[in-house]
Amino acid sequence: MNLKVVLYTLAKILKVEAILLVLPLIVSVIYKEDTFLSFLIPIAILLVIGFILEKTTKSDESIYAKEGLAIVGLAWIFLSIFGSLPFIISGEIPNVINAFFETVSGFTTTGATILEDVEVMSKGILFWRSFTHWIGGMGILVFILAFSSQQNSRNMFIMKAESPGHKVGKLVSRVKYTARILYLIYITLTIIEIVFLAFKMPIFDSIVHAFGTAGTGGFSIKNSSIAFYQSVYIETVITVFMILFGINFTLFYLIIIGNIKSVLKSEELKWYLGIIFIAILIIFFNTYNIYNSFNETLRHSSFQVASIITTTGYSSFNFNNWPGLSKTILIILMFIGACAGSTGGGMKISRIVIYFKIAIREIRQSIFPRQIRPITFEKKPIDELTRNGVTSYLTAYIFLFIIATLVISIEGKDLVTNFTAVAATINNIGPGLEIVGPMGNFSSFSNLSKITFSIVMLAGRLELFPILILFSPKLWIKK
Amino acid sequence: MKITIIGVGKVGKVVTEYLSNEGHDIVIIDTNADLIEELVNIYDVKGVVGNGASLDIQLEAEVDKADILIATTGSDELNILCSLVAKKNNVKHTIVRVRNPEYSKQMEFMYNELGVNLVVNPELEAANEIFKLLKYPSSSKINYFANEQAEIVELQLTKDSMLVGKPLYKLHSEFGVRFLVSTVERNNQVYIPSGNFVLEENDKIFITASHEDINTLFKKLKVFKQSSRKVMIIGGGKISYYLATQLIKNKIKVKIIEFDKVRCNELSDLLPEAEIIFGDGSDQSLLIEEGLKDVDAFVSLTGFDEENIIMSLFAETVKVPKVITKTNHHSYSNILEKVGLGSAVSPKYTTALQISRYVRSLGNTVTQVRNLYKIVNDQIEVAEFYITETCSFTNKTFKELEFKPNVLIACIVRDNKVIIPTGADYLLAEDSVVVVTTIKHLKEFQDVLLKV
Repeated sequence: MNLKVVLYTLAKILKVEAILLVLPLIVSVIYKEDTFLSFLIPIAILLVIGFILEKTTKSDESIYAKEGLAIVGLAWIFLSIFGSLPFIISGEIPNVINAFFETVSGFTTTGATILEDVEVMSKGILFWRSFTHWIGGMGILVFILAFSSQQNSRNMFIMKAESPGHKVGKLVSRVKYTARILYLIYITLTIIEIVFLAFKMPIFDSIVHAFGTAGTGGFSIKNSSIAFYQSVYIETVITVFMILFGINFTLFYLIIIGNIKSVLKSEELKWYLGIIFIAILIIFFNTYNIYNSFNETLRHSSFQVASIITTTGYSSFNFNNWPGLSKTILIILMFIGACAGSTGGGMKISRIVIYFKIAIREIRQSIFPRQIRPITFEKKPIDELTRNGVTSYLTAYIFLFIIATLVISIEGKDLVTNFTAVAATINNIGPGLEIVGPMGNFSSFSNLSKITFSIVMLAGRLELFPILILFSPKLWIKK
Repeated sequence: MKITIIGVGKVGKVVTEYLSNEGHDIVIIDTNADLIEELVNIYDVKGVVGNGASLDIQLEAEVDKADILIATTGSDELNILCSLVAKKNNVKHTIVRVRNPEYSKQMEFMYNELGVNLVVNPELEAANEIFKLLKYPSSSKINYFANEQAEIVELQLTKDSMLVGKPLYKLHSEFGVRFLVSTVERNNQVYIPSGNFVLEENDKIFITASHEDINTLFKKLKVFKQSSRKVMIIGGGKISYYLATQLIKNKIKVKIIEFDKVRCNELSDLLPEAEIIFGDGSDQSLLIEEGLKDVDAFVSLTGFDEENIIMSLFAETVKVPKVITKTNHHSYSNILEKVGLGSAVSPKYTTALQISRYVRSLGNTVTQVRNLYKIVNDQIEVAEFYITETCSFTNKTFKELEFKPNVLIACIVRDNKVIIPTGADYLLAEDSVVVVTTIKHLKEFQDVLLKV
């Protein structure tokens, strides 16, 4: 691997993080909090390291697939390490491992927390915590691609490594403009949500919750999450926006350029909305006797389904008390995840549909061995390469899941907690069941488990391989 | 500009590379999905898989919003169809590759009736380039400007060359010829030299001057070679046909060696005046038997780069005065130079340059790109601009104009006269000016000025 060009790109990323830290700094100044030093110091550190790294490395060498993957993997780890400094310096999360976990959970848009009481935190820190969701949702490297002046024709490797989904398409011919369009859509939708929420919430709360929705993260600034507000209006707005942010952003672009016909034809969108509808229907009937009211049942079942399938992880109700069937549905939704090309996590609808179709074909093949029938998705046949890609993703996913569950179970918590905790982190959701349920948190886990969760969250957000590649010795050995 | 390229084979790929690096928005269309995938990864372009002549695919690739469509698939007919469909989609400029000699006779029809804006024929272009090298064999590479009145030629300096060890400003008085050393390549470093630059042994220099002055200079330097009178060509493909036609027209004897009997018969019908030999061109004894030692020039034009290179090396060892090698890989050219095969021609590269030149000339009114060459592994661009009207930089001496670093005004052609400029010279409307520079992607003359 060409370490120099990787470090050079890392230097740029660290400098961008320094710029991003200015926002929470401003917030803490506005609210006249004494936390502004805990932002100023990391900014200084990042700038110094960034400049030194940039001076000692060079940029002129090309980025290939493996450099693209390594840049993305390393960038997210370093972002999280430096991003945790404000928590540590301010003393609000003094434990280094806890601070790292919280930051990873933020950047990966997981929303799992180790905090037992969020409401005592300062506004600046809370803002930064939720802002990490927003940055992580669309991806910081995509951000840099969109707004940096430097042109490298091989930037597609980076974009591919950071974007969710089995296939990354360009909206327009230049990576730079594709990235810009994505960010413009992202920013616009976020602002619209802030405006809608601001009607019924303080402005600070609405910004923070919009960040959590946009990145499909799920950090709230209330211990009981959205349930705190007890407002049907807020829950409806957030439900709608969660579903919107779980849609492939390409479709928004198609709407903007007036190609609504293609949007309506989108197979992934149909599956996505179909799954949401069926899940709400089942949970509605299963939980009806808890609420005994049509409106209440619809409100909580739809909010929770949207929250889990988009891997946001907000809660309007402690679903840990729901019956087994509903909890099972939620766990299934955790694995399915949102659409490819959205800010959501999970395995992505597109992959699930392809797996489903592969399975159907195998069954058909054993009945009619001579039949030739292509697997199609979005009306296009899936080629060998894509099929290999999605199946090897599944293999790696299952292995990572098993290993992580094994490591977590060392400390002796119950199976449901362990299983759902891993599912909630690898799919970037946040809450699981039992101890890590919507009203619980991850603070009781050991340091080993927290580090494992952190790796799993990063791997889940970055589609496994950018993180897994870092464990391969071959990457680090010079040719 | 928005450009669609249909067919990214050999030529299409190089065109994609050049135009993408020049900052255009490019969509490529090809039926080969793997190829599209590969190019989308390397160059910053968008890819569409499918048949580029189909309306659906063109609409998917947003051809209706494109400024230029370039069709370089393997099939002439498909390329023309692509252009027709694109024209109906309101594309202003279409460039198509047409290689079949039968179609290339109906150029006028394609331009006027079919609305094609530029027809490129890589084989014909390559044949033209080879023909010029055969006509003026002294230099291993010649690039022409202003209707061939001025040229930039390459010269490798040997130990006993009269140019070695002298600063450039003295050369004019010494040889009595107006010429300009515009680029020097030394130990893989490229210099755009000033007057105090001293040439050394093994330097590769590029000289700009009028055609007559170059000949005089070469005679004085004792490196002048007479035009070839007898040429041996290995391989009987399209390039051979185009080349042989031109050579015969100029009363130069041609011998073509081709190993396919059927093709031999075809060629003998098409070129009755050429001597067609049925045999394997890679057989050394056959070449000797056919008189390799007596020819003035040897041109290897088979479909295989390796075979061409080996046979050229063989011709070089039997001291054929001029050896020209065709390669499909332009990147081989500096390796070839090291082994003494300086005259290499790459059809796809020539075509890519031709297309790049056409694209650059669009949309500029004051200065038009007339010619464009890339020398020293694409590190240097040599561009000729035609100045259409009086504007901010005309009528000002070069001393007054502020140029960016690494820019050299190599020559001006005014009223069919070549001027090698000094600081006191200036530009007028209707001049052609040749610029040598390390700045990439020049679109107009103003690009070399600090202030416009």
